[in-house]
Amino acid sequence: MKVLAAMSGGVDSAVAAAHAADAGHDVTGVHLALSRTPASLRTGARGCCTAEDARDARRSADVIGIPFYVWDLAERFAADVIDDFVAEYAAGRTPNPCLRCNERIKFTAVLDRAVALGFDAVATGHHARLDGGVLRRSVDLAKDQSYVLAVLTAAQLARAIFPLGGMTKTQVRAEAAARGLAVADKPDSHDVCFIADGDTAGFLRDRIGAAEGAVVDGDGAEVGRHSGAFAYTVGQRRGLALARPAPDGRPRYVLDISPVTNTVTVGPAEALDVHRVVGIRPVWTGGAAPAGPSAGLAQLRAHGDVVPCTAEMAGERLEVRLHEPVRGVARGQAIVLYDDDRVVGSATVDATG
Amino acid sequence: MNPTDIYLDHAATTPMLPDAAQALAAALSDIGNASSLHASGRRARRSVEESRERFAAALGARPSEVVFTAGGTESDNLAVKGLFWSRRADDPRFRRILASAVEHHAVLDAVEWLVAHEGAEATWLAVDATGRVHPETLNDALTDHAGEVALVTVMAANNEVGTVQPTADLAGIAREHGVPFHTDAVQSVGQLPIDFAASGADAMTISGHKFGGPLGVGALLLAREASCTPLLHGGGQERDVHSGTLNVPSILGLAVAVEEAVADQPHRSVVLGALRDDLVRRVCDEVPDAVLNGHRAHRLPGNAHFSFPGCEGDALLMLLDARGIECSTGSACSAGVARASHVLLAMGASEERARGSLRFSLGHTSTTADVDVLIEAIAPVVDRARRAGLATARR
Repeated sequence: MKVLAAMSGGVDSAVAAAHAADAGHDVTGVHLALSRTPASLRTGARGCCTAEDARDARRSADVIGIPFYVWDLAERFAADVIDDFVAEYAAGRTPNPCLRCNERIKFTAVLDRAVALGFDAVATGHHARLDGGVLRRSVDLAKDQSYVLAVLTAAQLARAIFPLGGMTKTQVRAEAAARGLAVADKPDSHDVCFIADGDTAGFLRDRIGAAEGAVVDGDGAEVGRHSGAFAYTVGQRRGLALARPAPDGRPRYVLDISPVTNTVTVGPAEALDVHRVVGIRPVWTGGAAPAGPSAGLAQLRAHGDVVPCTAEMAGERLEVRLHEPVRGVARGQAIVLYDDDRVVGSATVDATG
Repeated sequence: MNPTDIYLDHAATTPMLPDAAQALAAALSDIGNASSLHASGRRARRSVEESRERFAAALGARPSEVVFTAGGTESDNLAVKGLFWSRRADDPRFRRILASAVEHHAVLDAVEWLVAHEGAEATWLAVDATGRVHPETLNDALTDHAGEVALVTVMAANNEVGTVQPTADLAGIAREHGVPFHTDAVQSVGQLPIDFAASGADAMTISGHKFGGPLGVGALLLAREASCTPLLHGGGQERDVHSGTLNVPSILGLAVAVEEAVADQPHRSVVLGALRDDLVRRVCDEVPDAVLNGHRAHRLPGNAHFSFPGCEGDALLMLLDARGIECSTGSACSAGVARASHVLLAMGASEERARGSLRFSLGHTSTTADVDVLIEAIAPVVDRARRAGLATARR
């Protein structure tokens, strides 16, 4: 097959590209330039988007012995991921930009272009297994990325290759070193790649604008002020700067964010417990929704807890009953349904109860 | 490059001429700093000065007008910044730079740096749809800004679309207004006749690897009466305008190459021009809606530059590369990301047309067989890239 290997400049995508080449595929490496104004050198923990990362990817491609190009997707990324990220926060929701990037950039913009240019599949360094169209967790549960891939449709998965699903991160690094890839000990990336200094609240404030508002308790009584509701996330405890302590002296958490009234509601930890989730825009990796209620497992954030659940479609909406409460679920997050380690589908959280 | 690859990117760099490579290789093991006073130093100095004389003679300059540099970018920076600083020192009102809108980034970005950091002002001289600066455009700008222009810089021939500028006319106008004129002639050596003395230019940028010399060596031809503030300070080896230990072997390779390139130029231009015309005609036969950018007549003989409607240039490049055919989209930034060319935009092309462009450039190793391979590939490649262009259009 002709395979396009998306190469971020990190160790995972480099080893993934090498595996695809070893498997006998005709592999071409492509680095996705996602920033309109890439910095020259990488700083902190963001493992993409600088010219240095592009160079790391190029050097890996050289060592593997595959052709290498840079594709400029900065405009698409800005529109489909960054603008979406800001708009979701402005609407009081908590988006996952990595998931959106997989859905709209890697497996739509890149995949569509690759197929049109004659490629059969796109390979990435995600830690997840794909066996005959079935998406499963990585054998390395600590690095498993099936959560951020669960948004992919059966058609997208049919064109995807995840060569690393059967390896642990430790094995990936060891193999990279053995292959002479200079990125073998490059630090893992985390945080949001397009927020250079890691200051998400500052990034949002610059784009949405600061707007002072009230922090209220469950009874609606004002207990403090904030300078922009978007800076808060459901479940957050730190940085609330509340004027009055809770009557019972226990810590308080963000329970809800209302952009319309610019209000942040706080309350005790147990009020964060969610027993029921309503999801919209469901995606079924098997193609069709399961008929009737089905028992399985639910995960509500990357590397979050996994709880037993019963899920059922109600019209266009997905209703999920969680058999154990999950704390701090925000609208906009993805709920991913698993059957053991197999991804069944996903949806965007629209309401909780 | 694999021996089987079809190399149609001579404007990026062209293979070294065998005699130049041989001279360079032989000189690499010679000892001697050309500034040393002992016998080895004198031998090195003699090599440099003989090279300087040969180089100057080939280009119609005097030996004292040759400032050896590390290549085109350094020469452009030295000319633009050095002439600007020198003129501003003469009279603080000389703060304006007149530059064509289609300059190479080595000039463009040097001008913009002066604007950002040195209080310079820039006037970008408009070009017509073929990329030419009209003499009256320069004359008007010099008249409008009389008494404030530090220098004029207009390239001899454009690196992307190959358009040849009326530099003799432009230099003459600048001279009438008493303003120094710099021209980037990097693409011209070996393709067009060059005579520095007759050109009327005060400064001219030359780069070795564009005409079969070594990489990393070039020159700024600088008229004796032109005053230029140095960029690099140190030993003042080159007329106190440029410092750094002289690159003796590369300067020798440069001199050998320029002699051959200039001697062969009349014949080479005819051969390349015929091959290029054949390429253009056959590409247009294969892809009827291909648009040839640039000027039909005032054009580098080795240059063919097209826009392929509905295609992305980088997709075309990748598909041709996969078939062993090597060409260029014309411009690339540091991350290797293709951007719409400022040259085509200045010529009035739409962003879409600019993004869908490709440059084929021929040189001293090009053959009819190279063109044949391209012609066989171009229609299916354009067809494929067009489908990809549609797929990439925003949904």
